[in-house]
Amino acid sequence: MKRLPSILIIMVALAVPHLLAQTSWQQIPIPPLPAFHPQEPKRIELPNGMVIFLQEDHELPLIDGVARIRGGSRREPADKVGLVDIYGEVWRTGGTKTQTGDQLDDYLEIRAARVETGGGGDSTSLGWSCLKADFDDVFKVVMDLLQNPAFRDDKLDLAQHEAFDGISRRNDDIGGIAARESVKLAYGAQNPYARVPEYATVSAITRQDLENWYQTYVHPNNIIVGVAGDFDSVAMEAKLRAAFGAWPKGPAWKKDDIPLQPAKPGYYLIPKTDVNQSAIRMIAPGTRRDDPDYFAIEVFNEAFGGGFSSRLFRDLRTGKGLAYSVGGGVGTAFDHPGVLRLSIGTKSQSTVEAIQGLYQEVDDLTTKPITDDEIKRAKDSILNSFVFNFDSPDKVLRERMAYEFYGYPADFLERYRAGIEKVQPADVKRVAARFMHTDKLAVLVVGNTGEFDKPLSSLGPVTTVDISIPPPPGEPVK
Amino acid sequence: MKHRTIQLFGVALLFTALAAAQDIASFEKKITVKKLDNGLTVLICERPEAPVFSFYTHVDAGSVQDPMGQTGLAHMFEHMAFKGTEAIGTTNYPAEKAALEKVETAYAAYLQERDQPAKRDEARLQELKSAWQAAIKDANQYVKSNEFTEIVERNGGQDINASTTEDETNYFYALPANRLELWAYLESERFLHPVMRQFYDERNVVIEERRMRVDSNPIGRLLEQFTTAAFQAHSYHRPGIGWISDLNSFSATDARKFFDTYYIPSNMVVTVVGDVKAAQAMPILEKYFGRIPSHPKPDERTTTEPPQNAERRVVLHDMAQPIYLEGYHRPDYRGQDDAVYDAIADLMSNGRTSRLYRALVRDKKIASDSAGFSGLPGNKYPHLFAFYAVPLPGHKPDEMADAIHAEIERIKKEDISDDELKMIKTRAKANLLRGLGDNDGLSLQLGLFQARFDDWRELFRQVDKIEKVSKADIRRVANQTFVETNRTVGIIETIAPPAGGEQNGGAQ
Repeated sequence: MKRLPSILIIMVALAVPHLLAQTSWQQIPIPPLPAFHPQEPKRIELPNGMVIFLQEDHELPLIDGVARIRGGSRREPADKVGLVDIYGEVWRTGGTKTQTGDQLDDYLEIRAARVETGGGGDSTSLGWSCLKADFDDVFKVVMDLLQNPAFRDDKLDLAQHEAFDGISRRNDDIGGIAARESVKLAYGAQNPYARVPEYATVSAITRQDLENWYQTYVHPNNIIVGVAGDFDSVAMEAKLRAAFGAWPKGPAWKKDDIPLQPAKPGYYLIPKTDVNQSAIRMIAPGTRRDDPDYFAIEVFNEAFGGGFSSRLFRDLRTGKGLAYSVGGGVGTAFDHPGVLRLSIGTKSQSTVEAIQGLYQEVDDLTTKPITDDEIKRAKDSILNSFVFNFDSPDKVLRERMAYEFYGYPADFLERYRAGIEKVQPADVKRVAARFMHTDKLAVLVVGNTGEFDKPLSSLGPVTTVDISIPPPPGEPVK
Repeated sequence: MKHRTIQLFGVALLFTALAAAQDIASFEKKITVKKLDNGLTVLICERPEAPVFSFYTHVDAGSVQDPMGQTGLAHMFEHMAFKGTEAIGTTNYPAEKAALEKVETAYAAYLQERDQPAKRDEARLQELKSAWQAAIKDANQYVKSNEFTEIVERNGGQDINASTTEDETNYFYALPANRLELWAYLESERFLHPVMRQFYDERNVVIEERRMRVDSNPIGRLLEQFTTAAFQAHSYHRPGIGWISDLNSFSATDARKFFDTYYIPSNMVVTVVGDVKAAQAMPILEKYFGRIPSHPKPDERTTTEPPQNAERRVVLHDMAQPIYLEGYHRPDYRGQDDAVYDAIADLMSNGRTSRLYRALVRDKKIASDSAGFSGLPGNKYPHLFAFYAVPLPGHKPDEMADAIHAEIERIKKEDISDDELKMIKTRAKANLLRGLGDNDGLSLQLGLFQARFDDWRELFRQVDKIEKVSKADIRRVANQTFVETNRTVGIIETIAPPAGGEQNGGAQ
């Protein structure tokens, strides 16, 4: 595909003439990449609104699939946060009207098959993986769970206790604390994109809540099914039409519209005495992937904070040895703003130095804008690795399902390539100017304050964030 | 382009199961192995599903080979293998080489004064430190930072990384298929002409890695104490990431010496999987990798861990929530009972039908998770079969110990059921083949087995070995291994944070 710019070859040649006798990497030929047209999955829309994608892949005698159902934790009531996590587990472990979850475990394990359910922010899912020969046996279980789930009480109880365990352990690791609290700064602590389960909200969840969730969301017009593997599409289509065709349509889906309450810029501190490294996150709202600046953002991110040759890695890790883990950029998501996040982990004694180092990088975007060569490198990196977006049939399937789910054009990947190619230096500069300002960042530090090089308050007013865990209802505060 | 939504589907779609068609015979047709004249082994597996390839360079040297007083050195060299070569990463290598030699001289002088047993001259120490840092600054003027990885990234490199374990060091990434020759050059060159540039800044990066993985992480803290207690004679008792005093002492000269000793062609297996044709690719790999000069094998003697004859306990009083861990010494991966240990791990740990899940999580409701597994901290040498349990709130590590021991007693005293044995054998096939459906997984597995057994076919023969495991084998090995005197216990017991300790400093 693309060769490196000839100017670079000349520069290197001038600098190290003694090496010309050896093989020089610039002289190694790069033949054109053979034309590759990945197989597109077949899209089927049933009269009841269910969308099915079929992707044949005959390499292994396996059939894997997933049903993704609209509706996730963003819609759970504020006093029952954790509902969708619990639902995502008990849907499977609670079994069906005729089979307990334990019976399903035995039935599936002896076939080395797997059927699993899960809950996420915008959807729940029911997936499976099985040997081709066991498809009918396993698909029976999938259909039974999809249409006759039982949400048995003993498994609800088990899931609640596991959730309590997760809550009790959530302040053990600074990386986990920083991840959770930085999302709260980006969206608002009680925002549906950021809030987390508490003992009280998990305790409040009942079997009826799980049943209600199922009744509200599991309708064919809310479901996208993807199947990949060693099958004949015609036969599989007939099977799935027979299985799903008679299922009546449910109410029409309404999109989420969730306002954000980002934290004010400034310093947020979470003291932790049992560590010798600080987790630092600089946070602001990002944007969506249908933003006209999306492609320029991707190039900017690659140049600024993504990978080994980005500015953040080069300056703060390689150059200053301040961190093992450093990076960041403007986060994007399909249907809501992502999180702009710059992150670094550095020894307690260089906490303020690292914050100032990140600030310097942000300020440099104005005084030393991303250069044409950096942009070229970033674009080469994205475009030359583009093939890895569709180098297996199941990746192609997953991409297509995501575009379908979020209402993006089916050829979004091709538009992505074209969009990246068109990005100009002025676009990258505009994106930097739009997003990257030190005075617009909420700076979160989780660390051992007594060991800091300077108090965080030397940089400005500091808000201490209380992360102590509210005790379970009826138990005293420790 | 990284889409977070993909993760939602990951579990369901990436899971692949048993594949009867994927046997030795089918792979014989796709795989070509050649041992080059210098002793380096090349394995090529043709998988033309898409115009890409993945590679996996396996070096048979890991943290166990760290010299005395230089723990962490194998891992440190792995970091240095991304720093470029005599041709990449420099504006003027002859000048840089001379400058790097001065850095080493200055560092040696600084160390000598720093480590004076008595009468250290502090003023002189500062002078020597300044001279050392000035020498670094001088050498850095010739550096083209991260040029090696930049070339890989510009060419579409995907998932560029490496790992150092106790047993071995691995390098891997993926590229579009038309970059095969460029890759062969880059990968051979980093092991032909490595340059220890920016060594001391990178050493600080590695120290930050230690802070992240061990010092500031409760599980990391527990594992380090646990492993150092379980091994007393064999090098497994030393942490692969390195003790802090060693990290603050070893030099670029030491790293280069480690490289010269262990990165020899006969210790290396290079595996390429993807859209490559062996007939065309092998001559290219031979041309580039054949250049690495051969050396005799280093002295590979290690101390054998003697039998343990008393239980050892490590109790961490920590602010984190409780964890229970215990380990029993077992033979290395070549041992004749290796497949029996695999069967026990599967029986105890795999999925919701496993013994430990059903006993501790489902029935007793005392833990959120529990499992048993081999390979702590490695498996090339005799190592540990470990069990752990994560207590639910209100439950104590001692309850975990009792419940785990009850399950161990069951497999010692009673035969497992026919269904359990069948599940183990069916799942073994599934698990073994799970990694075979993609280039990354295939290159790792084929490369590892080629290196470990000098024959990639051994990967497939593992299934046959598990097929032969009997109920009596499981009882015999459990009785032989899981005994009190052979046990090391590691526990986190939760303590309250120091009074006022979380409030001092910084925030006003």
